[in-house]
Amino acid sequence: MTLIGKSVPRLEDRELLTGTGRFAGDQNFEGQLHMRVVRASLAHGRILSVDTAAAAASPGVFAVWTGVDVADVSPINLRPGSALQDLEKCRQHILAQDIVRYVGEPVAVVFADDPYRAEDAAELIWADIEELPPVVGLMDMPGEFAPGVSTEPAVLVKGYGDVDAAFASAAHIVDCELSVGRHAGVPLETRGALAIWNDDENRLEFHAAAKIPHTNRIALAELLGLELDQLHLFEGHVGGGFGVRGEIYPDEVLVNLAALRFRRPVKWIEDRMEHLIAANHSREQTHRIRAAINADGLILAIDDEFWFNQGAYARTHGATVPVVSATMLPGPYKVPAYRATGRIRLTNVTPAGTYRGPGRYETTFVREQLMDTIAAELDLDPLAVRRTNLIAADEMPYERPFEIGGKPIIYDSGDYPESLARFLDHVDYDAVQAEMAERRASGEMAGAAIICFVELGGDGPFDDVRVEMDTDGRVEVITGVASVGQGVETVIAQICADTLGIDYAGITVTHGQTDRIARGQGARASRVTVMTGNATHKAASGVRGMLLEKAAELLQSPVETLEISDGVIGIVEGLGEGPSVTVAAAAAEILRGQNAPRIAVEESFENDRATYSFGAQLAVVVVDPLTAGVTVERFAVVYDIGRAVNPMLVEGQLVGGAVQGIGGALFEEFLYDETGQPLSVSFADYLMPTAAEVPDVECLVLEDSPSTTNPLTLKSGGDPGITGAGAAIAAAIGDAIGRPGAIKRLPVTPLRLRAILRGDADRKQEKNNAENGVST
Amino acid sequence: MTRIQLNVNETIHDVEVEPRHSLVDTLREGCGLTGSHIGCEHGVCGACTVLVDDQPVRGCLMFAVQADGKDIRTVEGLDDDGAFNALQQAFHEHHALQCGFCTPGMLMLATWIVERGLPVDDNELREIMASNLCRCTGYRNILRAVRAVLDASGQDGAGA
Amino acid sequence: MKPASFEYVTAESWDAAAASLAEHGDDALILAGGQSLVPVMNFRLAQPAVLVDVNVIPDSAYLQIDGDSLRIGALTRHVRFEAPGIDGPLGRLLPRIAHHIAHLPIRMRGTFGGSLAHADPASEWCTLARTLDAVMIAQSVTGERRIAAADFFHSALATDLADDEVLREVELPALGPDWRCGFAEFNRRAGDFAIVQSVAAIELHEGQIVSARIGVGGATETPQRSGAAEKALLGGAPTSELFAEAAGAAADAIEDFLTDQQANADLRRDLVRVMVLRALEDAVSAG
Repeated sequence: MTLIGKSVPRLEDRELLTGTGRFAGDQNFEGQLHMRVVRASLAHGRILSVDTAAAAASPGVFAVWTGVDVADVSPINLRPGSALQDLEKCRQHILAQDIVRYVGEPVAVVFADDPYRAEDAAELIWADIEELPPVVGLMDMPGEFAPGVSTEPAVLVKGYGDVDAAFASAAHIVDCELSVGRHAGVPLETRGALAIWNDDENRLEFHAAAKIPHTNRIALAELLGLELDQLHLFEGHVGGGFGVRGEIYPDEVLVNLAALRFRRPVKWIEDRMEHLIAANHSREQTHRIRAAINADGLILAIDDEFWFNQGAYARTHGATVPVVSATMLPGPYKVPAYRATGRIRLTNVTPAGTYRGPGRYETTFVREQLMDTIAAELDLDPLAVRRTNLIAADEMPYERPFEIGGKPIIYDSGDYPESLARFLDHVDYDAVQAEMAERRASGEMAGAAIICFVELGGDGPFDDVRVEMDTDGRVEVITGVASVGQGVETVIAQICADTLGIDYAGITVTHGQTDRIARGQGARASRVTVMTGNATHKAASGVRGMLLEKAAELLQSPVETLEISDGVIGIVEGLGEGPSVTVAAAAAEILRGQNAPRIAVEESFENDRATYSFGAQLAVVVVDPLTAGVTVERFAVVYDIGRAVNPMLVEGQLVGGAVQGIGGALFEEFLYDETGQPLSVSFADYLMPTAAEVPDVECLVLEDSPSTTNPLTLKSGGDPGITGAGAAIAAAIGDAIGRPGAIKRLPVTPLRLRAILRGDADRKQEKNNAENGVST
Repeated sequence: MTRIQLNVNETIHDVEVEPRHSLVDTLREGCGLTGSHIGCEHGVCGACTVLVDDQPVRGCLMFAVQADGKDIRTVEGLDDDGAFNALQQAFHEHHALQCGFCTPGMLMLATWIVERGLPVDDNELREIMASNLCRCTGYRNILRAVRAVLDASGQDGAGA
Repeated sequence: MKPASFEYVTAESWDAAAASLAEHGDDALILAGGQSLVPVMNFRLAQPAVLVDVNVIPDSAYLQIDGDSLRIGALTRHVRFEAPGIDGPLGRLLPRIAHHIAHLPIRMRGTFGGSLAHADPASEWCTLARTLDAVMIAQSVTGERRIAAADFFHSALATDLADDEVLREVELPALGPDWRCGFAEFNRRAGDFAIVQSVAAIELHEGQIVSARIGVGGATETPQRSGAAEKALLGGAPTSELFAEAAGAAADAIEDFLTDQQANADLRRDLVRVMVLRALEDAVSAG
């Protein structure tokens, strides 16, 4: 029985379909207080005073804190390994101390017996803030974050090869300026946290934790001044992560600090407006990119300077997004010489962190628009330019001679040209192009484009898994991973069941509970299936070995002659008949006379190399030239995942990611006015796609290039759907309006597209005038 | 505080509420039925969709006092002693949920579509399901799941 | 996002609603469908001390032809207009407009009267009311007041209704068989408030446009009738060229465009031209 590769339905579904899940808001503790955060309403200012008297006297209020009450708590640290040292100076306090730096920054906090009354009291708090001039725009002149600290605190440079020589000898040089707007993961469940002091265990418990409970445990214990064994985190159901949920923000620290100080449970559920101004934003960057090209459209070098809008403070991710941006920009193309200079800028807007596909969504848009611009300027076919530059199969493994996170970048496997060819065939791209040409000839602005990308994931450094089996043969897999809805439990159970030769449906997968396993890396960077999967395979193999050894003894047959199938250990088929024993009976025999109720094998899987895989996307769009509205008619994704544990779930990730990415390409953006007031504070202003705005995304999941980094040969699958979506939509619009490379900024709103279309009209008019001898 | 009576999934709940308490807050906190979720509290996301007298309602835009004496149906009332109903089964088989946060609202909206008994073509189905937001699935599998149930009950949209 | 406290009152009749308003003055607000008011309360942008729930008033949801008028009960839900059961051009227009209002669960709760009283600049019903010169019937303890649409909309979210008045009924002219009506709107996502919308109604006699009403919503603080477009149409034949000329006139005549992050004045002006044109085309093809 092989379960790896089967599209079995999910173990997670039952609770979620019957309304019996345990999301943050679903959990309550007797006597809990409800926390409400009072947030700055100015983008930049000096706090003169905060009047809390009326709030403190408001019905049901237990306590009110301002900055002075938490002055002893150090600002929130950047995650180890994620920081450029210079960003350390720009960390955020859990409540503003003297200066507020973005609308939404916590300045006070109310604890009351009821969430409605907490909000009533919070309204009564008056912060007297002296306005300071804000820096709002990414490309505005940098100012000072604090005395002597620039709002451009760090500049990173990554590269390889002789860029200047390549430009000096190039047949053509193409340059463009490209920007991605500010958007974010925006999970449908807002953030939330519950903390309770457990007197019996002498420990603080943080419930409704998410994403990286073990990592956050270490960071929180340090912030709160607790020994590590005095703090445990417990993950419940998580209503979407996308990089945003589960980081340590001021709010989560405040909840834990209050439960610790009050010795009383404290609950906090973020509301949607708060989420849109307080949880991490992401994406916003501007690139000035130049490429040196030979006469055939082959890229000789890329020189990219980019600006990344970190917002008001450095957050837990540190420089992750700009670093990934700098190193992943070359993507699937050879690019023999490369230089990226990334300027990290602080502005008076909501701070930024990661969002699904960090650094890849942005740079895939930049790179693929560059490819279209090259094609346009050299009068080449856009697809041909891509083919000319793709890394060839015989160049694998392909090493980019710089480092990401201290490790070399080595694309482990892939046949990029072949994957692209299979995709073109699958979507019948010739027919698509013929149809587009015909529609354009009849006056319609319809267009299609294919873009390429490389995805990374499966990141180490380690994952631990303990597989336990009781005397009834019931199996629990305990991991330090986390679930954000992607199907972790099912995939891990499949791998475990496949290894053990038992049914996956009876396996319990425990994750996100720091009291069950000492270490864990959580659900970040599209790593779970690769890392936890391999660790599960190792640990389950250990259990399998014990079972077979015991069975060999019981059945009087050598281990090599035995196999486990459907939970029964017997003679390998074809080696003749013989007695058999159930897995449960073998387990019971192993445990006979022992104190332990369960067999347990714990294993670590360590890996210092990420997996890299190829993907491409097709978008077909039609533009209404009169309204500048865009309709997405078709969207397709190809992705070579190497080996799919559950193809149905892989497709689910691709489809969901693609639609999120279409959101960022056409609809979603956090906008600010010139004073730093946020304009996108509700779902009426921050527009996420509904079913009506997107087609049914088509998928082609390839398993052609197994990974060479791990025994199960798995690659990551969480992010490829979103990675190319901005690029694909932009390229298709460029094709539709007859100007490849014309889209310079995402999202492509009617306002921006109108300007491009209007620019075209003006140019046409000028041309006509010139031809007719009219001076303008 | 006002005492009201909600008939939720055929069970009477006597609850004390303030007039300002939303129906969804009251179902969750007053009746202990946390299956209906709160995603935006301004009527856009639809995660709180429940049926009030068999009509889909945003639970964040109705005050509990307005539902006094009414029949309310939530996700907790869909299964039959633990056995999935047709919609739940279809969501399960078509992988129509990931994080599951929007799922109760999607299920209740779909319940209304199915129980209405009218043929629904693909365009109308997409348009109605566009009432609710999902951030994980990209909608495709949700539409497929509801479509499957409609087709099985003869509401295949032919002639619609 | 929990609303502030309020006292909840149910009114069993329009008289009772008016009495409640008289008692509480500007501290009270009417709760109809609640699909616009409650979000505003949840953001705490509105904090009424008293909420007067009119949903239980009997016989307050209806569409009824009465001579030359279509009388619409204030509590008629949007969804009711998708199958209005009315003959003629108006009966054909109403479903096409209603279909654009938000999403189905919102349409099943939200009311015609509530939309008018809320007076969002991009409300489909407000634009229709202004285009056809509806008459709003407001009730207070002192009696009934008829308000012409031209006087009703003061600015965004502000109407001529006094603090003690409740909107009870709306009268639309029941357009005769020679009228053709159309509607068009542009929004970025299905169900969103329109950035610009247009209602067009033209009366044809022997191939000539003898009356014209062109309304534009979403472009300005309140919905407007475009005299310039109507003038351009009068006396002409319903051709694409004439429609384009009228649409251009409508766009050129507007001076005080709304601007927001979705659209500046230039884009809105473009959209007025396109939406008026499409509403006129819709009138001829479907109206």
